[in-house]
Amino acid sequence: MRLTSLPFGIPGTGAAKRLAGRLSTGRRSRFAAPLVLVVGLLVTGGLYATLSPATAQSSTDNAAMVTKGRSLFLVGCASCHGKNAEGIQTVKGGQYGPSLIGVGAAAVDFQVGTGRMPMAQPGPQAQRKPPIYDSSEIEALAAYVASLGPGPAVPDSSQYSPSTKTADIVKGGEFFRTNCTACHNFAGAGGALPRGRYAPSLKGVSPKHIYEALLTGPQQMPVFSDGVLTPQDKRDIISYLHKNEETPAYGGFTLGSLGPVSEGLFAWLAGMGVLVGAAVWIAANSTRSRKKTHP
Amino acid sequence: MTDGHELATTEADPIADPGLPEHLPRPTDVDPAAERRAERQVAMLFGISALFTLLFCVSYFVFSVGDHPSVVFGLGASTVALGLCLGLALLCIGIGTIQWARKLMSDQEIIEFRHPSGSSQEDKDATLEALRLGTEESGIARRPLVRNSLLGAVSLLGLPAIIALRDLGPLPGDKLSHTVWKKGMRVVQDVDGSPIKPQDMEVGQLVNAEPAVFFQNGPDGAPVYEGVELQTQKAKAAVIVVRMQPDDIKPAKGRENWGVNGILCYSKICTHVGCPISLWEQQTHHLLCPCHQSTFDLADNGRVIFGPAARHLPQLPLAVDSEGYLVATSDFTEPVGPSFWERDNYELK
Repeated sequence: MRLTSLPFGIPGTGAAKRLAGRLSTGRRSRFAAPLVLVVGLLVTGGLYATLSPATAQSSTDNAAMVTKGRSLFLVGCASCHGKNAEGIQTVKGGQYGPSLIGVGAAAVDFQVGTGRMPMAQPGPQAQRKPPIYDSSEIEALAAYVASLGPGPAVPDSSQYSPSTKTADIVKGGEFFRTNCTACHNFAGAGGALPRGRYAPSLKGVSPKHIYEALLTGPQQMPVFSDGVLTPQDKRDIISYLHKNEETPAYGGFTLGSLGPVSEGLFAWLAGMGVLVGAAVWIAANSTRSRKKTHP
Repeated sequence: MTDGHELATTEADPIADPGLPEHLPRPTDVDPAAERRAERQVAMLFGISALFTLLFCVSYFVFSVGDHPSVVFGLGASTVALGLCLGLALLCIGIGTIQWARKLMSDQEIIEFRHPSGSSQEDKDATLEALRLGTEESGIARRPLVRNSLLGAVSLLGLPAIIALRDLGPLPGDKLSHTVWKKGMRVVQDVDGSPIKPQDMEVGQLVNAEPAVFFQNGPDGAPVYEGVELQTQKAKAAVIVVRMQPDDIKPAKGRENWGVNGILCYSKICTHVGCPISLWEQQTHHLLCPCHQSTFDLADNGRVIFGPAARHLPQLPLAVDSEGYLVATSDFTEPVGPSFWERDNYELK
C-alpha cells in the first residue's frame, strides 16, 4: 500500500485530495451524525465489554447478590447485628452484636464460612462449627455487607494458595514464630486466653480462611494488615502451615502438640499407671498346687 | 521392761489368731514337667529380648532419617522401630526375670520380726564413756589457747567462699536500665525489618517490632549488632506496636503525646520474669503473658490487671519522622523486663 492511499495522508497528492473530497461530502449527509454516534457507541461499548467484562457483568449480578444477601441477613443475622447491620447495644452499653459496616466481604466469608456465625449461643467466643450457609449464600451475605462500607475483599486464590518453594516456607516460618505462636502455639495447635476465650487450632483451616483471619482480625485476634504484613508474607505463613501439616510426625505421637502438659499427663497417668497396675498384678497372682512335693 | 515400753496386757482375744495359712508348693515345685516348661519360657523370653536388640541395630541402618525420612502410619519409621525394639528388648528381660523368680527360684516363706529402734543401754554407756575419755585425753578443756586458735582458724575458712563470690561480677552497672532505642530510631517489623507507616496500621493491628538498628550495617559493612550481642540487645529492645481507637486510650500524666493516632508501643518483655509477650486481645486491649498469666491493659498505660507481675509494662514514646515512618522519641524511660534490686520504683501517675 502506498503512502498516498492512506486516508490521512499528506494533502497535495491526487488520491488524498479525492478522498478528502469524498469525506467532506459524506460529512454533510444527513445519516452521518447518527452513524457516527452509533459507531462510537458500539466501539465504546465493545471496548468496555472486552476490557472490563467482570465489572460490567457483575454490576447487575452484584445488585442481585446484595438483594439476596440482604434478605438472608434479615433472617439470619439481623436479630443481633440490627436490621441495617448497624449493631445492637445492650442496656449496659456492651455489644449484643457489633456493627458490620466496613468490616468487608473477607470478614463475612471468614465468620460465616468457618461456621462461627451465626453463633449457636452467646458465650465468651464464637466457635468454629460446620457452616450453616452454602457458598453462594455466603457470597451473597458478603456482597451485602461489602455494600455497606469499604472493607477488605475476599482474597483471590493466587494470594493464598500455598507455595512449595523452600525459601517461602522458611520465611513463613519466621513470620509465624514471631507473630502467631504466642497465641496459636508453636505447632498451630491453639492455646488458652483469659476468661474462657482461646486461640483456635489452625489444623485443617483452609488457606483462604487463614488469609482472611489475618486480614480482618476476627474476635480477639489482632489485625495483620497488608500494609505491614504484605500479601506475600501472609502467603508464606500459609505455605509454612501447609508444609507443617503435611510433614509426618517424625518424633512419634504428638499428643496434640501441646508440649510438656499433655506429654507429662500421659507419662504420669498412663505410663506410671500401667507400671503400678502391673506390679500389683504380679504380686497378687500366684498359682499353688495341692500335690505332694516331688522327691 | 525397764525402758518404759510396757507390753499391753489383754484379756483372751475375742477372735482367735488364725495364724499363717498353710504353705502350699507351686506347680513347678511338684511337677517336673511344669518346671521344665517354666525354664523354657524364661529362656525364650531372654531369646526374644536378644532378637529385638538385634532388630534395633538393623532398623538403625535400614530406615532413612533427615529430609526424606521413612514413614510408617504417619510417624517417623526410624523412631518408631528403634523405640519399639529397644522397649520390647528391655520388657522381655524384665518379664523373663520375674517369671524366673516366681516359678523357679526358692519359695520359702520366712518371718522377720522388727527389732526395737533404740540402742541397748550398754552401747549407750560405752559411747558416752568414749566421748568423755576423748575430751579428757585431748585436754581441750584445759588448754584454752589451742581451743580458741582452732575455733578462729575454722571460722576463717568461710572467708575464701565469700571472696570467691566476687567472680559472679562485675556488677551490670546501668546496662539493665538502657536499651538500644534512642530518639529518631525507626520502629521496624521483626523478621524483615520493614519500616511502618501509621496509615498502614488498622485499628486492632498488632506488629511485633524491633529497633531498626538490628537490620542496619555499620560503616564497615558488617551488621551493627550480630551474634551474642544481637541476642542480648534484642532481649531488651523487642517491642509490640498496637493500634486502638484513640478514644479508648487513657494516657497517664506526661504520656499524652506518646502515641500516634491511637498507635502505642510497649516493651515485649514481661515485667515478672521476662517472657516475651504478644498475646494481645484487640477488643479488650489486654496483653496476656503465657508463662504465668500476668495481664496488662495496653489502653491504660500497660497497667497490671491480673497475675504475678508487680510493675506496669514500660511504654516507648512514638512519633513520625519526616518520611512518615514510626520512630521512637527516646529510649524507654524506665528499665524493661523483670525487677532487680537496684531498680528505682517508677509509679504511674
